[in-house]
Amino acid sequence: MRFTLNGRKRRVQGPPMKRLLDVLREECGLTGTKEGCGEGECGACTVLVDGMPVNSCLIPFAQVRGSVVTTIEGLDGRHPLQDAFIAEGGAQCGICTPGMILAAAALPRGASFEEIRLGLAGNICRCTGYTAIYRAVNRAASARSARRRI
Amino acid sequence: MPAVGRNVPRKEGFEKVTGAAKYVDDLVFPGMLHGRTIRSTIAAGEIEAIHLGFDRKGFTIADCRDVPGRNVVALIDLDQPCLAERHIRHFAEPILLLAHEDRERLIEAEARIAIDYRETAPIYDPGKSDHCFKEIVIEKGDLARGFAEADAVVEGEYRVSHQEQLYIEPNGVIAVPEDGGITVYGSLQCPYYVHRALRVLLGLPEEKVRVVQTETGGGFGGKEEYPSMIAGHAAILAWKSRRPVKLVYDRVEDMIATTKRHPGVIRHSTGVTRDGRLTAIEIDVLLDGGAYMTLSPVVLSRGVIHATGPYRCDNVRIHGRVVATNTPPNGAFRGFGAPQTQFAAEVHMERIAESLGLDPARLRERNAFRPGDTTSTGQKLGTDTSALRVLREAVSRSDFRAKRRAYRGTNRGIGLALFFHGSGFTGGGEVKLASKASLELTESGARILVASTEIGQGTRTMHAQIVADTLGIPYEKVEVEAVDTARVPDSGPTVASRTCMVVGKILERCAREIRRELGGRSPREYLAAHGPLIVTKEYAGPDGLYWDDDNYRGDAYGAFGWGCDVVEIERDPDTYEIRPTRITAVQEIGRAIHPILAAGQIEGGTAQAVGYALLEDVAMRDGRMANAQLTNYLVPTTLDTPEIDVTILENPYEHGPFGAKGVGEMPIDGPAPAIVNAIRSLGLDVRAIPATPERILEAPAIPRKT
Repeated sequence: MRFTLNGRKRRVQGPPMKRLLDVLREECGLTGTKEGCGEGECGACTVLVDGMPVNSCLIPFAQVRGSVVTTIEGLDGRHPLQDAFIAEGGAQCGICTPGMILAAAALPRGASFEEIRLGLAGNICRCTGYTAIYRAVNRAASARSARRRI
Repeated sequence: MPAVGRNVPRKEGFEKVTGAAKYVDDLVFPGMLHGRTIRSTIAAGEIEAIHLGFDRKGFTIADCRDVPGRNVVALIDLDQPCLAERHIRHFAEPILLLAHEDRERLIEAEARIAIDYRETAPIYDPGKSDHCFKEIVIEKGDLARGFAEADAVVEGEYRVSHQEQLYIEPNGVIAVPEDGGITVYGSLQCPYYVHRALRVLLGLPEEKVRVVQTETGGGFGGKEEYPSMIAGHAAILAWKSRRPVKLVYDRVEDMIATTKRHPGVIRHSTGVTRDGRLTAIEIDVLLDGGAYMTLSPVVLSRGVIHATGPYRCDNVRIHGRVVATNTPPNGAFRGFGAPQTQFAAEVHMERIAESLGLDPARLRERNAFRPGDTTSTGQKLGTDTSALRVLREAVSRSDFRAKRRAYRGTNRGIGLALFFHGSGFTGGGEVKLASKASLELTESGARILVASTEIGQGTRTMHAQIVADTLGIPYEKVEVEAVDTARVPDSGPTVASRTCMVVGKILERCAREIRRELGGRSPREYLAAHGPLIVTKEYAGPDGLYWDDDNYRGDAYGAFGWGCDVVEIERDPDTYEIRPTRITAVQEIGRAIHPILAAGQIEGGTAQAVGYALLEDVAMRDGRMANAQLTNYLVPTTLDTPEIDVTILENPYEHGPFGAKGVGEMPIDGPAPAIVNAIRSLGLDVRAIPATPERILEAPAIPRKT
């Protein structure tokens, strides 16, 4: 099956009903996407499909045919959100962090606090109380507007 | 520039934000099998027969007869079998282990296994238990005289429920047979607990067992003792199959089978004068330990020592028991008994204020510990006693009094809780542990060798800061060795708010000695002249600490942290939901080695306590958790977590590294009573958590004192 993964066109063999989460971790070797609950509640497996955050534990592989999929490995490591999560303590144990960063990356530009809160409501973090995550998202937004790029 | 007190970059921060950090489920070994645990479906009885209704080809199957050593999970006691032999004492007790290359085949096989039982009558009510794991009595002064001095006696019973740790990464390990021994890689807090449990289980000498911590996706106590069980299971399968075996729980299994916070019933009877002075405190604590001992005696110990709350009183009697029931064993969870007993203490304090018609802040101010006061165990408190300071700061910062007046008669409420938390192991625990830490000189700086695990709280970073400043070298020049029992000494478990204060202090002493050895030379010069240098130090407590474990007298902890939370809430008049809108958390932790990490502990612990207070409701039905999934066990999301305003106060502890005390657990002690006290300010008599809408609906009105 063909789809675009982290900016590269890929052809991956796999059972069509296999969870996208497992295809990414096992067939594609991208273990940055985590499984926390397997029922779409915790958001640790969040990836972007055509720019929208989805729980990859609920998506059958067949559903991403022809789509653009972005995992945490698809950010370049210097994404403003990644820097900000380090600087503000947005990552503690780190297991929710890839999903949280991708959910944050899908927030609209100039999101208000309530929009950020709602946009991250599907991602559970048990370590931070979310406070440091909000600080990180705001810091990244300031860094982005300062750099005038997306 | 000094590292201590500065927000240096977290050591493993880059790996965590890029997805490069390797957690146990991210690892694959050649020839690796997947494991699965077959568990009891009854709570009490005996196994009569096991029927395997599947083709066994390709499967490794193990039961208690395959245990090479002793079939126990070695911890405080040896009462818990690693695999059930005949007796079943709780639902989800492990009986059989399966391994196969294909995970799907394991699920199919499990569906075809039938186990016949002879059931016996289970005990679920701790009040009816016939087996007590531990009983503790603390006595101070003369209770009868204290009650005689009182103008009033206030009594009350308070109830707390189970709470699930809910680390987002479930428990998991991989066991690999190696060189006639076994290596276990896993998500865990205490590598040497697992090491010992495996030696006993497999009957192997020390050097044949190796435990390596993988990046760990949260613990909160839930990976303190349980990993010894799951590591044992994987090791048995690996031993039998001679192949690596991965055993990673799914969320349902993790919730149904692993430990939770002890539920309890706490009764208070307090003598008090008309103007609010406490003259006598009598407390009875009953905790439900579940089916096996695990760490229950030490949970009870911390619970009873904190049971009075941070208040002076000359006449105290505390009686605590933790008993067996036919429910899955309860165990370590952040706070370790203290959140339970301080919930009761602080709601009771509120009721004393209500019954005397006193301002709740003033009542606490009147009785709060001052330097020089003695605790219930007779511990004389030092100059780092900050109960009054945190109380006054939280009251003024939150504008508590004005808001309390303003909210009267509305759906808004405000409440507070004052609390304390001992850092490090209780009583003589640290002396018994005799923890070790090592520091190795490298060409460019130093390498830390400790068994203290990074589980999100910042162990590697904070230890490196302490070492960097003590050696006088940049933070970047301090490396931290991976936690591997083949390479690091036993620094004790990563629990009890001890990693900074206790292990950090040992590292500071190692660094001082290395600095002396260097005598001004660079590490490179020293190594060229003298060869390798590794300094290992063992715990050495401050002089004069005294503890009598038989009578529960003496210095229970090296130091206490102090905290005060003020919580503002809104009640939804239609759904009866309570929504916290703002929490002011003021905590005195000695010294914040890394302010952002320390604040992160307070913010995160506070949020977990919001769940404890309002949302997290383990529905135990017939000894089984009926809501063992995230769909109906609710933990705080962004929408449930209010703004948390953290203020860190510093009051250095002279024996902590750079003055630091513990910080990890204390934040979870305060929010639950503060929330319930805020609910009480609406006139609702709530004395139990979680304060769900059903409880709010049923709560009687508090009689108004005119």
